[in-house]
Amino acid sequence: MIKAILIFNNHGKPRLSKFYEHYSEDTEQQIIRETFHLVSKRDENVCNFLEGGMLIDGSDNKLIYRHYATLYFVFCVDSSESELGILDLIQVFVETLDKCFENVCELDLIFHVDKVHNILAEMVMGGMVLETNMNEIITQVDAQNKMEKSETFIFQSPRQDR
Amino acid sequence: MALKIVKGSIDRMFDKNLQDLVRGIRNHKEDEAKYISTCIDEIKQELKQDNIAVKANAVCKLTYLQMLGYDVSWAAFNIVEVMSSSKFTYKRIGYLAASQCFHEGTDVIMLTTNQIRKDLSSPNQYDTGVALTGLSCFVTPDLARDLANDIMTLMSHTKPYIRKKAVLIMYKVFLKYPESLRPAFPRLKEKLEDPDPGVQSAAVNVICELARRNPKNYLSLAPLFFKLMTSSTNNWVLIKIIKLFGALTPLEPRLGKKLIEPLTNLIHSTSAMSLLYECVNTVIAVLISLSSGMPNHSASIQLCVQKLRILIEDSDQNLKYLGLLAMSKILKTHPKSVQSHKDLILQCLDDKDESIRLRALDLLYGMVSKKNLMEIVKKLMLHVDKAEGTTYRDELLTKIIDICSQSNYQYITNFEWYISILVELTRLEGTRHGHLIASQMLDVAIRVKAIRAFAVAQMAMLLDNAHLLTGNMQRNGICEVLYAAAWICGEFSEHLEDPNQTLEAMLRPKVATLPGHIQAVYVQNAAKLFATVLRKHEGATDSQAAQETSQLLVERLPLFVQSANLEVQERASCILQLVKYIQKLQQKDVEVAEEVSALFAGELNPVAPKAQKKVPVPEGLDLDAWINEPPSESESEDEKPKAVFAKEETKHSRPRHTEVDEKELARRREARKQEQANNPFYIKSSPSSQKVYQDAPGVEHIPVVQIDLSVPLKVPGMPMSDQYLKLEEERRQKEKAEKKKKEKKKKREKHGKGKKHDSGPESEEDITPAHHVDIVTEEMPENALPSDDDDKDPNDPHKALDIDLDNLLSGTNCRPLADTEKLPVRTHRSEPLKSPGEDGDVESVPQEPKKRSSKEKKEKKKDKDKDRKKSKEEKKKKKKHKHDAEDEPAELPAEEPVKSEETNEVATPPTSTSAEASDLDFWLSSTPVAPTAKEVAAPAPAPAPAPETSLAAAPDSEADEPKDAEPEEVKCSKHKKKKQKKEKEKEEKKEKKKKRHHHHHHHSDGGEDSVQNGTMEEEEPLPPMSNYCLLAENSYIKMVYDIQGNLQDGSQVVVSVIFENKSDSFLKSMEFNVLDSLNSKLQRPEGAGPHDGLVVPFQLPPGVSNEARFIFSVQSIVMPQKLKGTLTFIVKSEDSSTHEKLDFKLHFTCTSYLITTPCYSDAYAKLLESGDLKSSSLRLEGVNMPFHHLLARICFHHHFSVVERIDSCASMYSRSIQGHHVCLLVKTADQTVSIDAKCDEPSLLGNVLDEIKQTFSQC
Repeated sequence: MIKAILIFNNHGKPRLSKFYEHYSEDTEQQIIRETFHLVSKRDENVCNFLEGGMLIDGSDNKLIYRHYATLYFVFCVDSSESELGILDLIQVFVETLDKCFENVCELDLIFHVDKVHNILAEMVMGGMVLETNMNEIITQVDAQNKMEKSETFIFQSPRQDR
Repeated sequence: MALKIVKGSIDRMFDKNLQDLVRGIRNHKEDEAKYISTCIDEIKQELKQDNIAVKANAVCKLTYLQMLGYDVSWAAFNIVEVMSSSKFTYKRIGYLAASQCFHEGTDVIMLTTNQIRKDLSSPNQYDTGVALTGLSCFVTPDLARDLANDIMTLMSHTKPYIRKKAVLIMYKVFLKYPESLRPAFPRLKEKLEDPDPGVQSAAVNVICELARRNPKNYLSLAPLFFKLMTSSTNNWVLIKIIKLFGALTPLEPRLGKKLIEPLTNLIHSTSAMSLLYECVNTVIAVLISLSSGMPNHSASIQLCVQKLRILIEDSDQNLKYLGLLAMSKILKTHPKSVQSHKDLILQCLDDKDESIRLRALDLLYGMVSKKNLMEIVKKLMLHVDKAEGTTYRDELLTKIIDICSQSNYQYITNFEWYISILVELTRLEGTRHGHLIASQMLDVAIRVKAIRAFAVAQMAMLLDNAHLLTGNMQRNGICEVLYAAAWICGEFSEHLEDPNQTLEAMLRPKVATLPGHIQAVYVQNAAKLFATVLRKHEGATDSQAAQETSQLLVERLPLFVQSANLEVQERASCILQLVKYIQKLQQKDVEVAEEVSALFAGELNPVAPKAQKKVPVPEGLDLDAWINEPPSESESEDEKPKAVFAKEETKHSRPRHTEVDEKELARRREARKQEQANNPFYIKSSPSSQKVYQDAPGVEHIPVVQIDLSVPLKVPGMPMSDQYLKLEEERRQKEKAEKKKKEKKKKREKHGKGKKHDSGPESEEDITPAHHVDIVTEEMPENALPSDDDDKDPNDPHKALDIDLDNLLSGTNCRPLADTEKLPVRTHRSEPLKSPGEDGDVESVPQEPKKRSSKEKKEKKKDKDKDRKKSKEEKKKKKKHKHDAEDEPAELPAEEPVKSEETNEVATPPTSTSAEASDLDFWLSSTPVAPTAKEVAAPAPAPAPAPETSLAAAPDSEADEPKDAEPEEVKCSKHKKKKQKKEKEKEEKKEKKKKRHHHHHHHSDGGEDSVQNGTMEEEEPLPPMSNYCLLAENSYIKMVYDIQGNLQDGSQVVVSVIFENKSDSFLKSMEFNVLDSLNSKLQRPEGAGPHDGLVVPFQLPPGVSNEARFIFSVQSIVMPQKLKGTLTFIVKSEDSSTHEKLDFKLHFTCTSYLITTPCYSDAYAKLLESGDLKSSSLRLEGVNMPFHHLLARICFHHHFSVVERIDSCASMYSRSIQGHHVCLLVKTADQTVSIDAKCDEPSLLGNVLDEIKQTFSQC
């Protein structure tokens, strides 16, 4: 099971947080902060696993993260997940974002966190991996976006922000 | 309307959208909080508008603010509004918001049930998808219960996109509503072979999660997973399956043997590191589970270790880390194979990555032996000196201590060395682990008697150099060791060379700066030292020295008397007065040493922390036996049951003890012998006999270590541990030389024997400790194990999912789905009946399982009937053949789908036998290739000896199994697809209800149908049972009914009535009416008068039956009652129609107010202890049915659940709809059943007991 998925930048600003167990808003913020502290003080070129079981209850939890440019992608998982598998999944996630946003950068995530959520929802559901095939994910995301577009009013054409 | 929308949209243009909000926040870095609070105000305004687009936009922004840590739960209702928008765009926003901030405590969640249900059945797959995704995040027990059925239907959706989501979410549903696991499991299992890989992967995922927590229940799925493992190419699925096997193998070693080969193949063939790693992991798990090795065992270990070495040597830090992680698992069982890679692991200690260093440290822990301990610790000490950062250094320190102290200092051959290591460690700057070192010092000094003299000398030195330790405030943690030093010097002061000097050191003014608890120990032990000094000078001619010592104390102690610490002050003033008194006596030349020493006489032995708890019941003491004569039966009602319950509880624990005494004792004795054998300090009867096998080559294995003279920060007078390495070296060689001599002697006598051992490397036993040390073990009662009683977390949600699923399909103790296990269907709830047409529509959706089966039945009718007949015949045949376990599995795959359909409907009586279990056995016992007839025919591997008659058939069908299974399954899923396309027609519904009714009938008919009863075995299966009883009957119609409590509403019960048309005419316009009593009222639709009848929402063609549910509200549930009622209906034949009526009496038993509620034994015990319950009891004579039948009957008819069963005794629990607890203790002894009961409502209890009595009087 995946317990939580967090994306934050090099300064610890959250860009996306998805908890698959309920915590109060304060606890969530604290978890994000502590995770940031743990992850950010690690050098590049060290392994991507961290035993941070204290953050989210359950002692067999691990933090598995990847650092891309300005962003950290952190998955908190329990022992039923394969460590290397989750690393691959993060890679798939980022590549999918890259396809959906066309050269994704932090700003995309800042302004379109809802879209990121929608993409994530096609990959992970309720803490369990739903789909790992990037093409399948993109197909489903596109189909839903198309539907959304067909529903939008003329007045509501969303402004394109970057 | 249109204008309004346009207007709303125009308004919206001026609202901020999410991007504006984000931009705004970024532009207001200075006063972010203030800006956001104005935004929230705006959002509140937006939420007040009618336009859903505006609302959705507001909710979208709230979702963002939630991520920033703002509580947005106040908008929960608006989120629900947005969720229920018909537009996908808004719906998605709503569900996202809900998934981010809803949780079990969100009260508006209960408003969403219907909306979610609607979305789940939406024709648009993305509506359904979004609802499922959202639901997966905020599903509550209520939602899970109410929607379980709908989601289960979606598991067979035509679109794989929906199927896979539905399958995944079932895991969440199981967690929240464990009762759904059994009904849903057959279909979940089916999905393992779904044509779509995504769905398959989801199913594997869910079952793996389930199995991880309760592996034993999923063992029977091993063959299926094995097939998947060998056929699947999806690495994700493979990884999950392989992980699952890792969890299963400990339970079934035979499975492991079967796995080794394919796993090894995968290891060789795969290029994916993730898969390779998991394979290695599972192979390790297999090897661990195979305690007795198989021949090619070592090859597998070698392969694993070799692959792991490649991982560890990889430049990728991740692989390195994981390699070390897996290595530590091998280490537990095969330390030798890991030890050969010591170089690699020591190398990892120098890695720049701390996680890797820590992993390597973990490995070292398991790699030490007597031989290499000193060397490894020396390496670690070097790292301690080099380490930057206190955390890693502290970690090293604890590891060193862990390594040395593990399993009772097993690997330490020289305790002087260890003490010096500890003393060296005290020089660590800024460590937090002073107390750890201190406790080690204390432990060693107390438990290793022979080392006391040395330890005391070292400690005296520490005390003397205390200023080095306490000089720096930063090193405060380390001063804890002074606590140990002072105590050791005091307690074992007889070993001190110069007690006076130590006494002086302990009373220095500087001591007053130490923490209070240490000062207290100083003072106390100064007194002990004083006693020793007095003894020393006793009898000596000049008493000068003794008097000087007294004087010293008298001078120095006042400093401590002024201490702010109470403990110090108290002890100091006590001792000061004592010393002053002694001083007086000394001046009178009175000998006092004896008396003073007596103050501190006696040895202080360590006691194991759990010793008290572990004191076993002595032999011959029976805690259950009456001390006095047991009270006679006629004693007061009130007292008796209490005693019974109390007695019961002790009984639970007693058998455990006796069992332990029998087997455990032998095992423990063995273990103790083993331990003694491994314990170098245990003086064996003939120590030399084991140690004679020595040879020169062994010497090379002993590492030669140079003395490192340039160790920094050398404390004057402090010993260096390194010197011991050298000493130890010499000692060992000398020993060896001696042994060699001995051996030579022996060799001359016995030539052949010695040779075998010559070439082998030096073994563990060969290293004898430097001096025979007698470890005083912690005091423990005889027979006690120091192990922990591990209590499982009672709050673990997975505990509830520990459900035996094998017997769902088939099994030895077959327990089919009971009525109460049906997934709830919406009509049960407080919806009054509607007009026939309307109701048909409403009902058809939620009653999916019934409909499904009915449709299927209709479609498949012929097919199925044939199948059934076939299986019936087969079974009959089997019966004739006295049933053979072997031929069962062959039939199983074909039968299962059918069975699973039925199980949803009604409680099917037990079918078949241990098929599943024997299936697994069979699978495990044979090679993957289909067995030849001979193999199967041999009765040995088969669990049940196979009678000859069935032999011919068995092997054939067995061999065919894999081929047969697949087409059947495919066929089945096809049917389902067809069925879903079918329109919902009323006719069909009736059809199905008729079926349903028939079903009930054959239950009550008592097993006329041999198919349902299955094949009988030694262990008698349960007879068929039904709760439906006759309500009324005439020549036209027959009504049977059952009453169930409504869990959601404490004041409601649901009466299900099955109407059966017995005539040749058409029955219509049925009206059901009941004369309400004060207590019980039929719930009528709004606007209806209190005496109006309810229209039964269907008509009955000839010979057809159907079921209707009526809801009654009740006030008091403590008494049973009867309600009079009438059914009126029109009988319409071809030429005429007549109005008929039928009177009936509805009997509301107290049982019908009870709801089967599971209860854990600990909660149960607590409940009984609480003392709030009144008790009563019941005796039944002449009940001659097996105990498990009896229990099953009580469970089934009276809605109880078994809490615990021990032999012929069981505790049961149930709860009324109003929350009364009812506890039963059922015991049986030769045809007499006694039931002791407790309940917080005595009259309810009395009535329930009466009803139970009646149940058993009828049979």
